[in-house]
Amino acid sequence: MERKIRVLVAKPGLDGHDRGAKVIARALRDDGMEVIYTGLRQTPEQIVQAAIQEDADVIALSILSGAHNHLFPRVTELLAAKGVQDILVIGGGVIPEEDYDYLKSKGVAAVFGPGTPTAATIEFIRSNLKRS
Amino acid sequence: MPDPDSAASQALAAADLGAGANEARAALAVAERVRSGDMRAVARLISGLENADPAAEAVLRALRGRGQGHVVGITGPPGSGKSTLTDKLIGALRSRGLRVGVLAVDPSSPFTGGAILGDRLRMQHHATDEGVFIRSLASRGTLGGLSRATAASVRVLEAAGYDWIIVETVGVGQSEVDIVKLADTVVLVSVPGLGDDIQVIKAGIMEIGDIFVVNKSDRDGSDRVVREIRCMLETAAALAWARSGGSLAGLVEAGHHGLSAVASPPAAPPAKPAAALQARGAVTGPGTSGLAAAGQGELPLDADGHPVLPPIIKTVAETGEGCSALVDAIVAHRERSLASGALEMRRLEGARAELRSLMAFRLVDALEGSAGAALEAELARAVVARECDVYEAADRLFATIMKGETS
Amino acid sequence: MSADDNLKKSVDAWKAKVGASLQKHPERRPRFVTGSGAPVERLYTPLDLEGRDQAADLGLPGEYPYTRGVQNTMYRGRLWTMRQYAGFASAEESNKRYKFLLQQGQTGLSVAFDLPTQIGYDSDHPLAAGEVGKVGVAIDSLADMETLFDGIPLDQVSTSMTINAPAAVLLAMYIAVAEKQGVSADKLEGTIQNDILKEYVARGTYIFPPGPSMRLITDIFAYCSKSVPNWNTISISGYHIREAGSTAAQEVAFTLADGIAYVAAAVKAGLDVDEFGPRLSFFFNAHNDLFEEVAKFRAARRLWATIMRERFGAKNPKSLMLRFHTQTGGSTLTAQQPDNNVVRVAIQALSAVLGGTQSLHTNSKDEALALPTEASVRIALRTQQIIAYESGAAETVDPLAGSYYVESLTNRIEEEARAYLKRVDELGGAVKAIEQGYVQQEIQDSAYRYQMEVEKGERVVVGLNKFQIDEGRPEGLLRVDPAVGERQVAKIRELKAKRDDAKVKAALGELGAVAKGEGNLMPPILAAVQAYATLGEVCDVLRGVFGEYRPSVMF
Repeated sequence: MERKIRVLVAKPGLDGHDRGAKVIARALRDDGMEVIYTGLRQTPEQIVQAAIQEDADVIALSILSGAHNHLFPRVTELLAAKGVQDILVIGGGVIPEEDYDYLKSKGVAAVFGPGTPTAATIEFIRSNLKRS
Repeated sequence: MPDPDSAASQALAAADLGAGANEARAALAVAERVRSGDMRAVARLISGLENADPAAEAVLRALRGRGQGHVVGITGPPGSGKSTLTDKLIGALRSRGLRVGVLAVDPSSPFTGGAILGDRLRMQHHATDEGVFIRSLASRGTLGGLSRATAASVRVLEAAGYDWIIVETVGVGQSEVDIVKLADTVVLVSVPGLGDDIQVIKAGIMEIGDIFVVNKSDRDGSDRVVREIRCMLETAAALAWARSGGSLAGLVEAGHHGLSAVASPPAAPPAKPAAALQARGAVTGPGTSGLAAAGQGELPLDADGHPVLPPIIKTVAETGEGCSALVDAIVAHRERSLASGALEMRRLEGARAELRSLMAFRLVDALEGSAGAALEAELARAVVARECDVYEAADRLFATIMKGETS
Repeated sequence: MSADDNLKKSVDAWKAKVGASLQKHPERRPRFVTGSGAPVERLYTPLDLEGRDQAADLGLPGEYPYTRGVQNTMYRGRLWTMRQYAGFASAEESNKRYKFLLQQGQTGLSVAFDLPTQIGYDSDHPLAAGEVGKVGVAIDSLADMETLFDGIPLDQVSTSMTINAPAAVLLAMYIAVAEKQGVSADKLEGTIQNDILKEYVARGTYIFPPGPSMRLITDIFAYCSKSVPNWNTISISGYHIREAGSTAAQEVAFTLADGIAYVAAAVKAGLDVDEFGPRLSFFFNAHNDLFEEVAKFRAARRLWATIMRERFGAKNPKSLMLRFHTQTGGSTLTAQQPDNNVVRVAIQALSAVLGGTQSLHTNSKDEALALPTEASVRIALRTQQIIAYESGAAETVDPLAGSYYVESLTNRIEEEARAYLKRVDELGGAVKAIEQGYVQQEIQDSAYRYQMEVEKGERVVVGLNKFQIDEGRPEGLLRVDPAVGERQVAKIRELKAKRDDAKVKAALGELGAVAKGEGNLMPPILAAVQAYATLGEVCDVLRGVFGEYRPSVMF
């Protein structure tokens, strides 16, 4: 039986712009993935706990408010603290390129900036899952 | 971690699990983690069951024995507020010190096979409560609307120590019936103003509800919905009463007093205990919950010997109004059905249904093997070309599968 | 034959000729559409306006139905207000930016608040971590507000504040600052956005559920009509709805639907439509398709005038006038080749001017990536000034009127918007439509459709899916100092140490009592902020009484 890729799409922090998150959720669904959409105003703790319960393969964080340098590492730190090694963490939204290196050093596998085609994100997920 | 696995018990376990010693040890270890409430282990096990992973099935065997959990099925049309209701139920149960597991089932897209699972959103603030486990499941093409692994996942959550397990699904057709086979108490949710009286009228639905909820009851039309449901229930009860040999005269009299819809257990024990039913071997179809049970002659009666209808509860899930009463009603239902033996009957029926469902899946899986698929394709072609008829083709396919020649 | 028949004959002949030559000279695409995806014909002629009453449809500037503008001399009398949205980090830094903009010729202030402020949290709230000062200025108390407007005379500037759920609190603070400057409230000019319905749908900075939120809004209407009569008490917004992915017609429809809900709520609360009607204002987007946008603004004016007159029986002409602020569409800007954004903004700004906007914000070129630097915001301001002084667009009123295309588009958008409004009415009004997820679903569907068009290359975005180049990383973007958060937390501590706690407690207690009852919330809120209660403290009292909104999502 073909296994489904499960992606948790989350908006950490107070940013309320969810157009991109919803578009990517639909695109992932249309590509055959199971998307758990956790909505707005998620704390890193809520995101990580949900990812564990949902046995997510991917956590996709969407943020446009500029708080990514604080919030994304919180998520990856919490995952590490709970001994979770095999969830792929990616980010998207309004994130300046000059922050990509920092985020990657904190465990975010890739950042998909404005204008990234959904197909690119999907391709990245399929090629970089941490478990088969 | 203490290691109870001496070579002997290992061997025993292995034989038990039908697996090699290593697999057995692994399965036992996972089972231990699940029992200890390790969320990661629980989550991965559920995924394994969804993917029909044999290792996961082995863990399930190692987890044998049903826990003490009470399984509540919540179903209703989209927009009825089930998830909000479930969210409030979680809160109410937590404040009573109970641990809660939730399985929220949403349909997979028939075209892409993917799904957007959004029920969790309304319950997310419970995410960091260690006493709550919420898991979203996609139906993955199961006609029944409940994913293959839902029944097994319920058992996993029970084994992990959750006191109540809530299974939430969208009520569109077959899935309501599936819920019954799975749940100890079935809650049917309606709302006023969805523009559709049909939701209340759908055949078979009325019969499987143990508790009826009218949510968003602060809206116009909620009293009408309550009346409609009550009317449906009274009609169904009358039919069931007649089928079970009750006299219509007696029922007309009951009509004068009004058939009672109460949220508390009846004063007198039921007319026909479950044992008698079992003796009759009358365990077929979804006839063991709600008024459907009445069709088997199993009908709760009040002190005057009149049929007791399932309770109808008004709620406003947004504010939590009515949710405490709902919890009480579910508890009352559980106590009633435990006492009367109906719960036992129901679980028997559920096990049968799951067995049948697994049999059907095994059959279908057999067709996915290359030889099976090839034969199926060939037979389909032959049917279309009128070289053989479809019944003949089915017989041939079935025979081949049974001989185990389809991998 | 009449003139019309002659025309019809000529046009038919022309169409036949074109049809015949299409094989040899095909058009660039099989279908042509507007920015919103509506079909565009090859040619528009008077025949496309057949059967319409031109005089009634258009009217004259400053006269019902205001299609051609709400003032009779429009920009010949006074140019639109050049109002750049700004604010970030601390009140001190924002104050500096405001002074810079005023110096550079900006004619009104527009305050951007950070997310914790917009959602009624103090900078020391756990959910505020990482967010303080990032998308706007952090305002935790009256003290911050005083710093924000230090040296800016509030009787000489008009200030627009983009604040919704806690608008009453920020307005109260503004009034209190003015008082300290010796400026009485009746002299104050400005706007608060105060449009909660679009928050539920497209922007996400809600606090309380719809019912209590409407009460706060109508309380503000009532209070201001008596005490702050020159204040625009609401800016009913379509900008964010469009940014969330809607079409132009949906932008008009859902905005006006929200407007209808607010007017209905205020009337239900006992207010006279002609008392608060004149102070309603709107906020629209300016997207890429110049002609569609111009038509959109004109259709919105005509539609609102009819609604106010026929549905609500408004008599005061000022109640019928749709006055609006415009912002160029942020979502149209690309991170790729950001200089191109200057051109996009210029065209979008032009559409707003040709569409008769009362005030305008032009985005800066770096906004796909960060908040704007001083240099890039100056270009954005100059864009408006060049349009105003060099382009000729402001030299006459409603210059595009009479264009067969623009009038056809105006009619079409009005029709489409009416159909959506009818649907919303059938669902029971904007609040119910939002509760049922209808509005959100429509917007999401449009957004998804748009994205797929871009990814398939059916819709060209220059620099993104066509005419790409290899580019280096953009340099010199604005960064908000992360220490802002720590400094705000320290400020709060200091404030709480210095203020009269007994006074604060009493004021908050009074606020809670009024909230539980039916009185107007503005006076107790004003008293609380004057006692230096923090924004979070005030909102927490209200949270306690009203509860918090919990969204549903439909996909």
